[in-house]
Amino acid sequence: MMSAILDRNMTFGAGRERPAAAATPTDPVARPAPPSDRSGGAPPPDPGLWGRRMRHAATVVLPPVIVTAIFLFLWEMMTSSQGAVLPGPSQVITDTWELIIDPFYDYGGNDVGMAWQLLASLERVAYGYALAVVAGIGLGVLVGQSTWAMRGLDPLFQVLRTVPPLAWLPISLAAFQASNPSAIFVIFITAIWPIIINTSVGIRNISQDYVNVARVLRLNGFEYFTKIMLPAAAPYVFSGLRIGIGLAWLAIVAAEMLIGGVGIGFFIWDAWNASMLSDIVLALVYVGLVGFFLDRLVAIVGKWVTRGTQAG
Amino acid sequence: MTSYLSIEHIHKTFGEGPTASEVLRDVDLHVDRGEFISIIGHSGCGKSTVLNIVAGLLETSTGAVILDGKEVSKPGPDRSVVFQNHSLLPWLTVRDNVALAVDKTFKGTKSAAERREWVLQTLDMVGMSHALDKRPDEISGGMKQRVGIARALAMEPKVLLMDEPFGALDALTRAHLQDEVMRIQSELGNTVLMVTHDVDEAVLLSDRIVMMTNGPAATIGEILEIDLPKPRERLAMADNAQYNHYRAEVLRFLHERHKNPESEAA
Ligand SMILES: Nc1ncnc2c1ncn2[C@@H]1O[C@H](COP(=O)(O)OP(=O)(O)OP(=O)(O)O)[C@@H](O)[C@H]1O
Ligand SMILES: [Mg+2]
Repeated sequence: MMSAILDRNMTFGAGRERPAAAATPTDPVARPAPPSDRSGGAPPPDPGLWGRRMRHAATVVLPPVIVTAIFLFLWEMMTSSQGAVLPGPSQVITDTWELIIDPFYDYGGNDVGMAWQLLASLERVAYGYALAVVAGIGLGVLVGQSTWAMRGLDPLFQVLRTVPPLAWLPISLAAFQASNPSAIFVIFITAIWPIIINTSVGIRNISQDYVNVARVLRLNGFEYFTKIMLPAAAPYVFSGLRIGIGLAWLAIVAAEMLIGGVGIGFFIWDAWNASMLSDIVLALVYVGLVGFFLDRLVAIVGKWVTRGTQAG
Repeated sequence: MTSYLSIEHIHKTFGEGPTASEVLRDVDLHVDRGEFISIIGHSGCGKSTVLNIVAGLLETSTGAVILDGKEVSKPGPDRSVVFQNHSLLPWLTVRDNVALAVDKTFKGTKSAAERREWVLQTLDMVGMSHALDKRPDEISGGMKQRVGIARALAMEPKVLLMDEPFGALDALTRAHLQDEVMRIQSELGNTVLMVTHDVDEAVLLSDRIVMMTNGPAATIGEILEIDLPKPRERLAMADNAQYNHYRAEVLRFLHERHKNPESEAA
C-alpha cells in the first residue's frame, strides 16, 4: 500500500506542470464582481436608472468578460498549431460535451457524472471541515483562554501545522485502514490549524472593555462565552474558517488522486492515466469554480454573522 | 459611625520591579448612603483607577474598599458603571445592550414583559427611543454615551459609578441628562461616584467634590462640601453667590495649586 502511494506520488509530481498550467482558465472566471467592486463602482452623478445600469455593466461586468475572452483567444491560438500537446478551449468543449450536458449520469462504479464526482468530494470536505470547525474552535478557545494551554500546545501546533497535507495520508491510511476516513482525516488536519490559530488570536484580542462590561453585568461562564467571547472573536474565527475551507479544497483534490474511488481528484488522475486531457481541463474548471463558491459562501456567512462587530 | 462606602487608605501600583508606576497613594474617602460625590482632577491622575477599584474591576495594592460593611473584591449587583468610553457591545443593538443588563439583573424579580417594558422606559429617559434597533456603530458618540448611561441606570444600583458620563455630549443633552440623573438620584437615593472634568457639573450635582492632586502617586488634595439646597435649579444657580464661590474654589484648586503638569512644563 505504502509503496503504491510512493510510486503514484512520484508520477504525480512529474505530471504536475500540465494540470497546473491549465488551471489558469478558472482564474478570470473566478474573479468577476466581488461585492466590494460593486459598491466601489457607483457613479457620482445620477444619470438615471438605465444609465446607472450601463455604467455598472461597463465598470464591473465588462473587464472580466474582455479579459476572459482575450485569454480564451490566446489559449486557442497557442494550441491550434500542428503538434500542440494541450487541447484548446474549443477542443475541450467538443471532447467533453457529453460530460458537460449530462452531469448526473451513473453507469456504476467510478463511471459517474461530473456532478456526482464533485458531490463526492464535497461530502468528504463537508465531514472533514465540519470536524475541523468544531475541534478547531474548541481548541482555539482553550488556547486563547488559558495561558497554560497556550504554552503547552502552541509549540506542538506550530510544528504540526507546517506538515504538508498529503504527508498525513500514509499515517492516516495506516490508522484507519480505509481510504474514505483517511481522506476525511487529511481534510480535517489541513483545515484545523488556521481555525485554531485565528480563534485563539481573536480570543486573546478581546478588548478589556468588553471583559469589564461582562464583569460588571456579572455574566456567568456560559453567558460570557455566547454574549461576549464568540461575537468578539467572530471576525477572527471567520478569517480562520475562510483560510481553512480554501486549504481543505486544495487538499481534497490531491488526497483523492491517491485514494481513488469517486471524487473529482481521482477523476483527474484517471483522466491523466487515460490521456484524456480535455477531461482534465474541464475538471479543473469545475474545481476552480467550486473552490471559488466555497470561499464566497464562507465569506458571506462570515459577513452576515459578524455584521456590526468590526467596529470593536 | 461607620460610613456606607469607605475607601480605606488605598494605594495602587501598576506593574512590578523597575517598570512599576505608583498611581494612587493613600486615597481615603468616606461616603454616606445617598451622597453624590464628584471626583475631579487633571487627566491621567488616577480618577478612573479609583472608580474601577470601587467597581471591583481592579484590585488595590494595599488598603481596601468597604461597601455596606463588606469588603469589595469583585463587581457586585449593588454597583453599576458608566464607562468612560461607553463600552457598548458593538454586536448588539441599542435595545439589546440594555436588555442584557436588565435581564441579568432582574431575572428573578421581573417578568419578561416587565423587563422589556423597563428597557424601553430607561432608553426613553435618555432620549434614545428612536434608535432601539440601531447598532452602536450606527449612532453618534453622544448617543452611545446615553445608551451607556441607560444601561447603568437600568440596573437600579445602590451605588452608581460614572466615569465622565457626559463627556461626549452637546450642552443641551448634557443639561438634560444631568437633570435626569439628579432626579433619579433623589428618587432612588443612590449613592453616586462621578468622575468629571466639568467644574459646573461637579458643583451643580455634588454633595461633595473630591479634588485629586496630580499623578504620579496622586491622592486627595482637598474635599469641598457643597452646601446648596436640593433640588438645585440650573438657571437659579447662575446668580447664586455661594454657587459661584464653590465654582471659584474648584477652579483655584485646579489651576493654581495643582496646575496641569503639561501646561506647567510649557
Ligand atoms: N492597567 C494599567 N496598567 C498600567 N498603568 C495604568 C493602567 N491603567 C492606568 N494606568 C496608569 O495610571 C494612571 C492613571 O490612569 P487613569 O485612567 O486612572 O487616569 P484618569 O485620571 O482617569 O485620566 P483621564 O482623565 O484622562 O481619564 C495613568 O498614568 C495611566 O497610564
Ligand atoms: Mg479616566
